[in-house]
Amino acid sequence: MLKMTHLSKAYRTEVVETFALRDFSIHVREGEFVAVTGPSGSGKTTFLSIAGLLEEFGGGEYQLDGANVRGLNDNQRSRLRNQKIGFIFQAFNLIADLNAQDNIDVPLRYRGFDGAERRRRIQESLSRVGLSARGRHYPAELSGGQQQRVAIARALAGSPRLLLADEPTGNLDTQMARGVMDLLEELHRDGATIVMVTHDPELAVRAQREVHIVDGQVVDLAPQPRLVAAAHANS
Amino acid sequence: MLKYYLTLALRSLKRNVVLTVLMIAAIGVGIGASMTTLTVFRAMAGDPIPAKSGQLFAVQIDNWGPKKGVVIGDKDNLQEQISYPDATGLMNARAAHRQSAMYATGFALTPSNPDLRPFQVQARAAYADFFPMFDVPFRYGGPWTAADDEDHADVVVIGHDLNDKVFGGANSVGKTMNLDDHEYRVVGVLDRWQPTPKFYDLNNNKYGKPEEAFIPFTRAIDQQLPSWGNNNCGGDAGAPGWEGRLHSECIWMQFWAELPSAADAEHYRTFLNNYAAEQQRLGRFHWAPNTRLRNVREWLAYEHAVSQEVKILVLVSFSFLLVCLLNAMGLMLAKIMGRAADIGVRRALGANRGAIFAQCLIEAGVVGLAGGLLGLALTGLGLLGLRSLLSDDVNRLTHFSLSNVAIAVTLSVAATILAGLYPTWRAAQVQPAWQLKAQ
Repeated sequence: MLKMTHLSKAYRTEVVETFALRDFSIHVREGEFVAVTGPSGSGKTTFLSIAGLLEEFGGGEYQLDGANVRGLNDNQRSRLRNQKIGFIFQAFNLIADLNAQDNIDVPLRYRGFDGAERRRRIQESLSRVGLSARGRHYPAELSGGQQQRVAIARALAGSPRLLLADEPTGNLDTQMARGVMDLLEELHRDGATIVMVTHDPELAVRAQREVHIVDGQVVDLAPQPRLVAAAHANS
Repeated sequence: MLKYYLTLALRSLKRNVVLTVLMIAAIGVGIGASMTTLTVFRAMAGDPIPAKSGQLFAVQIDNWGPKKGVVIGDKDNLQEQISYPDATGLMNARAAHRQSAMYATGFALTPSNPDLRPFQVQARAAYADFFPMFDVPFRYGGPWTAADDEDHADVVVIGHDLNDKVFGGANSVGKTMNLDDHEYRVVGVLDRWQPTPKFYDLNNNKYGKPEEAFIPFTRAIDQQLPSWGNNNCGGDAGAPGWEGRLHSECIWMQFWAELPSAADAEHYRTFLNNYAAEQQRLGRFHWAPNTRLRNVREWLAYEHAVSQEVKILVLVSFSFLLVCLLNAMGLMLAKIMGRAADIGVRRALGANRGAIFAQCLIEAGVVGLAGGLLGLALTGLGLLGLRSLLSDDVNRLTHFSLSNVAIAVTLSVAATILAGLYPTWRAAQVQPAWQLKAQ
């Protein structure tokens, strides 16, 4: 689904060049739930931005759903982003003057769906996150957890092939965070491919696999102890 | 997507009412100022006869010569009017498709209705060609004939206002009218007709209404109707009396010729030069032929139909509009950059640069539309304010027309979109990754 090979990304100023990612390789298969962890400044968010086609990269290769994305122009990248990727942000990033339905409607508009199809998908995704009754509520009228659920509904509405979550519970209290993580796990069980960036080890263990990044490089691809134990039990 | 972008634009404008009001006010004030002056300018500078302005020519003949030492006209020392000898000479030649010598005159009208007191009427002495040449519309009847010109007939064409006043608006064709104690038979009543400016005689009340009565030139000369217009004898009035005036080199008449094609105009130029050369041979002119033909547009420019002050005022007000637009551009930039995070989210959700560009540009267009409507209201106020400064004739012309509304709204929307191009371009350049990292 997502394959980066020897990828590099550097930020340059007049005097210094800083590598955010260096010789970075990762392979996320279809249906996987991968947690990307690492200390602040390790390159997690840069990886997610590149994975989400929000940012270009320097060297290396990146294949998304089998397609090489190097050299794509803005229109092509925007179309791919719209069709194949769903974003879940730490700060929810709902548009304040749009209600929940209209927020979910945004990617569907750019997708070119007709009105009936958009309405169907909005209702379906709101129902999926348990907020059918809150469609006309504005972000300011929703709790943090509900806002993140709306953001997840927005990410799901276009039936993306890949969900990218950047610290999805970072702005939530424990109870709300648990609810959001339960929802992500449920989506994964239903077949979604999820890449979640987090610095919280407790969240990371709920993923299928953890990828640890330090100084822009993958340093540990060891499977989660819980999953290893489960694998042993099965065998 | 257009409807979607319009909805987004209205939502965005409601989100920050203060900025929105400031933008609309900046554009509205600029549009109001520029449209006020433009309305005055258009009233004064419009093409009074668009369908034929390239085919109608004012004739100028230098009958004073360079030795006269009197500079008339703009730069070429050519008089703006012609003398009676030249008027009759050109009429007798009949060298144009249509032609008419003419002069402003007037008389006392004594109504047959005893309830009405006698009053003065401004009139024009002209030839029958005057009416078809200038596309003059008739409500009743029509112009007199060329035979009436030759017969020096007692016929009159009157304006609809005069017809309303004297005949109660009824068809007065065939009725008589007492003008300066002579009975004239009405042959035609004009419909609404107001060439602006009154190009055929810019010396006399150029933004005023056309005359209310027209009589044959030949009859007016017979009756010795004096000129009520501009007269200039260049210091030599000639012999006293009416006959003296007719044979003098005083200029007090206008001469217009209709020349449908460029070839006709060229032939007429040659004819005019030959005419002047003949006058030279006859000993009347002691200088080389100096004649000019100018079509309506050239004539209005030559005569400075629009004063320099009005042109400067238009320039100043459009400069003011530019300043207002720059202000609006700054406000738009501030507004759009304040929404960079939302734009970043939209980009992340699949909007390409073109979609963001279109969304912001439509928002600018909505601001422009609102600014244009405010500008229209301010233009109305501006024109009211100008009434104390302008003459009654110009005031009468400076009214709101549908074309003014169209110009104001189009100008406002186009100018605002133009001013919005830079902020919109900046919006389209928003890097979604940076915006989202900054959250």
